[in-house]
Amino acid sequence: MSARHLRTWIWSIVIGAPLAAFSIWAIADNPRQFFSTFLNGVTLAALYFLVASGFTLVFGLMRNVNLAHGSLYLLGAYVGWEVGDATDSWLLAVAAGFLTAALVGLFLQVAIFRFMQGQDLRQTMVTIGISIVLADLMLWQWGGLIYQFDPPRIIFGSIPLPIVKGYPTYRIVLLAGAIVIGVLLWWFLNKTRVGMMIRAGVDDRAMLAASGVNVQRVFAITFAIGAGMAGFAGVVGGTALSISPGEDIRYLLASLVVVIVGGMGSITGAAVGALLIGLAEQFGLAYEPTYGIVFTFVVMTLVLAFRPRGILGRPA
Amino acid sequence: MRSRSCLLSTLMGTAIVALCAGVAHAQETIKIGVLATLEGPFAAGGQDSMRGADLALKLHNGMAGGKKIEFIKGSSDASPDKAVAATRKLVEQDKVDIMIGPLSGDEGIAVKNYSKTQPNITFVNGSSGAQATTLVDPSPNFFRFHTEGAQWMVGLGEHALSKGYKKVFLVAEDYGFPYSQVQGFMASYCKNGGHVVKKAWVPLGTKDYSSVISTIPGDIDALVVVLGGADAVNFLTQYEQAGGDKPMIGGTITVDQTVLHFKGKRRESLLGTPSAGPMADQLDTPEWKKFVADYKAAFKDGFPSPSLFAYLYYVSTQATLLGLDAVKGDLSGGQKTYRDALQKLVFAGPAGEVKIDENRNGIGDTYITEVAKDSTGDYYNKVVKVVHNVTETLGLSKEEFQKMGLGSRDVPNCP
Amino acid sequence: MSAAQWRRAMNSGAGRSSTLRTVAIPTEPAARAAEPPRLLPPVVAALRGIRPHHLIVLAALIIYPLVASPFFTFQIGGQALALGLIALSLSFLGGQGGMVSLAQQSVAGVAGYMVAIFGTSIDPISLHWPWWLAVVAALLIATLFATFVGWLSVRTEGIYTIMITLAIGVAFYYLTLQNYSLFAGHRGFNQVHAPTVFDTNLRDAVPFYYLALACAVAGYGFIQYLIRAPFGIALQGVRDNPRRMRALGYNVTGHRVAAYSVAGLLAAVGGVLMVWYNNQISPESTGLGAMIDILVIAVLGGLSRPIGAFLGAIVFVLLQNFAIDLIARERFNLVIGGVFLAIVLFSPDGLLGLWTRFSSRLSTGGAQGKLRRGGAA
Repeated sequence: MSARHLRTWIWSIVIGAPLAAFSIWAIADNPRQFFSTFLNGVTLAALYFLVASGFTLVFGLMRNVNLAHGSLYLLGAYVGWEVGDATDSWLLAVAAGFLTAALVGLFLQVAIFRFMQGQDLRQTMVTIGISIVLADLMLWQWGGLIYQFDPPRIIFGSIPLPIVKGYPTYRIVLLAGAIVIGVLLWWFLNKTRVGMMIRAGVDDRAMLAASGVNVQRVFAITFAIGAGMAGFAGVVGGTALSISPGEDIRYLLASLVVVIVGGMGSITGAAVGALLIGLAEQFGLAYEPTYGIVFTFVVMTLVLAFRPRGILGRPA
Repeated sequence: MRSRSCLLSTLMGTAIVALCAGVAHAQETIKIGVLATLEGPFAAGGQDSMRGADLALKLHNGMAGGKKIEFIKGSSDASPDKAVAATRKLVEQDKVDIMIGPLSGDEGIAVKNYSKTQPNITFVNGSSGAQATTLVDPSPNFFRFHTEGAQWMVGLGEHALSKGYKKVFLVAEDYGFPYSQVQGFMASYCKNGGHVVKKAWVPLGTKDYSSVISTIPGDIDALVVVLGGADAVNFLTQYEQAGGDKPMIGGTITVDQTVLHFKGKRRESLLGTPSAGPMADQLDTPEWKKFVADYKAAFKDGFPSPSLFAYLYYVSTQATLLGLDAVKGDLSGGQKTYRDALQKLVFAGPAGEVKIDENRNGIGDTYITEVAKDSTGDYYNKVVKVVHNVTETLGLSKEEFQKMGLGSRDVPNCP
Repeated sequence: MSAAQWRRAMNSGAGRSSTLRTVAIPTEPAARAAEPPRLLPPVVAALRGIRPHHLIVLAALIIYPLVASPFFTFQIGGQALALGLIALSLSFLGGQGGMVSLAQQSVAGVAGYMVAIFGTSIDPISLHWPWWLAVVAALLIATLFATFVGWLSVRTEGIYTIMITLAIGVAFYYLTLQNYSLFAGHRGFNQVHAPTVFDTNLRDAVPFYYLALACAVAGYGFIQYLIRAPFGIALQGVRDNPRRMRALGYNVTGHRVAAYSVAGLLAAVGGVLMVWYNNQISPESTGLGAMIDILVIAVLGGLSRPIGAFLGAIVFVLLQNFAIDLIARERFNLVIGGVFLAIVLFSPDGLLGLWTRFSSRLSTGGAQGKLRRGGAA
């Protein structure tokens, strides 16, 4: 017990001391930069959480590493943009993004993955093939241009905050939205019947099937929700930044790193991982811009070296 | 067709391949390989560059030096490996006599290096604009008739100073092309008393600039934004949301027509943005107007007016064909006479005179423009100044330029 | 694998109780045509496995440059052999070890970069060591890198591997893209020429082809030997049932990491060949596109046997070079992605699987063929 305590203490000091020293220096040097970078990190984490939670949900239940998750993100974003452009309603765009990706996800599960249950590797290969094909189809349809959404003015201005002065309202909305979604997801998984089935399936698929539940239906619902989350994040994230070819890879990678760090199959893990990666990326960009992205992978390597299953991961 | 049979024969047996690959080609037609980026996110630019090449050939009636010209097209995905592989296929398998291409900077360097292994073929650059292609270890059979990335920004520094921008903050993507562009801007900007307070080199493909924006100091006069395509708009939107209000100075591809016509509604903040380049959409010369009219007539599916890529490939192809005219299609003797003719070539392109220096790099005009709104509400780049005869040493003497070196993260520097 | 082979494998391991030797471990159902007598060492077993058609293929490969044009020798032949070697490292890991690593191209990239850094290029970063020293250093460092990647990615279930190696591979890509002091950033290294050995310029088409052929044959033979050796058999055991192997006293993680090292060496050799082939290396050479290409090659050919990697490489290289003459080049990725998808959906063992099905139908007649089809559906 005391040995474990000691180890925790040592690790806290080894990791915490340099971070604390950096924070003190950075705050003294330029408080505005430090706090706005911190806010940027947290809001980026909100976006990463939205994407990664769908990915981790699907993996947790079905052991399906869906490497087409990024493609669903981009597809949702493009379709959402078309709808938003046609109807001039950003909310409809968000809904369209969610629905499109959810329907595609549902189709994939019902038409393909249902027949490959248990063949982890083959499923993953299929998702790679789907992502190559989808990426090229989307390039065909929407070209190499960059698209931007036109959200309501109320959420797209700048709000005054202490220290950081002006801060994009939309990013605050994004953060609030992600927290709401996180709570909703928690409620869905813990308080509803389907959610309980999903959790039961994550813990023991065979037992769930044996207790008379229609496992295939639970799988299909989960896949649709997970994919829908990607499409939803596509519109929400595309509004914060923009959409263009290549974003599919970027967000697939973000989801991968987030769940590797946080722990596969755990929603809480996705939140923790997203926070770590979002902060690492933004602080990297602000203080050492040329190595911003490499920084996040250093975090990943360190976590893998000491906790192969991620921070909150547990044996499957 | 011939390649298809090659493909089949390889599958069946290797013996036929030798016959098939070694078919002698008649000298009545001259084969020209055209390489551009037709895959991946840059495909739109690659397709327009092919339009430029096709247009030049069409206006030349498909002939040059009394011989029929045949184009054989190749594609890359903007990576040097693929560019060289496609070039090698065109040269060694399709046996082209002349190569035109590639599209992007690092591809250009790789193809230039390959050109050294094929001394009997002449290579004409398509649109790639890396300085190192012609300044570092140039190849005797590699020609670039247009100017490159650094030359495209010459004169913008003085223009910025004349607008009263004495201290600027720079945001640019972290690779070769922006390095060149920034050098072209800073060479004269620094010399004439301007200060680039801080440079933020952001990783290629960055979309979230919020943390970079938080590092912008308060006491600057303007931002220099050398970002590709609509990334600049993206940056500007985020900058405004964070409460920023400084004016912007753009690079060559920062406020080009794809940006001015991009998908989305937030463009007002671009008005008045100065930038520079080897051409301008609304150039008021008969040559340019004819070029745009020809382009529009030939390609119903093209852009509203030719893009930078179409223009550069057009000039490159025009030079290739005019050189053939000059030697009456005679490519004998390892193409030596043809190369001499190219070296001496001077002609009027759509946007000014085209000629090359002793490193076989273009000397040409650079246009300083500002974003303006026309009577119908459309945005366009209005020409405010023309700098003639821009050399690859950016108007500096050779010694001065060598002392400065090629553009990089830290060159030039004047905080 | 026969039970006899298993038993032999067990015997060679130390410290296992004799009562465990008879434990049957689920094995690959496909019976190998050339089953070696039980006591022959694996080398002889591998040599015994040589059949007339192997010699005919080898002879054809040796004669090939004499009849083919330099272009076909170099860009088709040489490239396919070098890419095949990298894909072989993936198919060994995937087929024998059950670990699909997307980072094999990154390992090859490390080797290529090291050749450029230690050897000669136009960049001032290069150290201009003698070529053989640079190559040895490159192979060593790339193998160490592969071992590290293996150690990071194999300590959990197999499916984690593909994610972790994907993330590591892309991380390496970003590192090369952003780092200018060592990896020369976005532009990479140019003019990394193959050396001239005994007055033979290895950069020329025919010498390069034979060099690639020698490396490919050596790599192929080595893997064939390894599959029959105790290590390979234990690895297959780890693939099929890691828990049981652990219970038998095998170091499961150790075997997996060792497999990564071996595969890493192969990929590194392929990487050195590729950097000489391209005369340059830049971040795009190790980017996600290149990583996926290697996966496509390995899966296209079939993971079950080493020859699949080379089959896949030939088809891939031909498609890459000549697809533009058949279809519009813009949609090349759609074709490649579609072919890949069709293969994983309908013929998980790639072209090898198709060939097996085709030949078994030929030999057993229509009735049984129909039966098989029914069974598969």
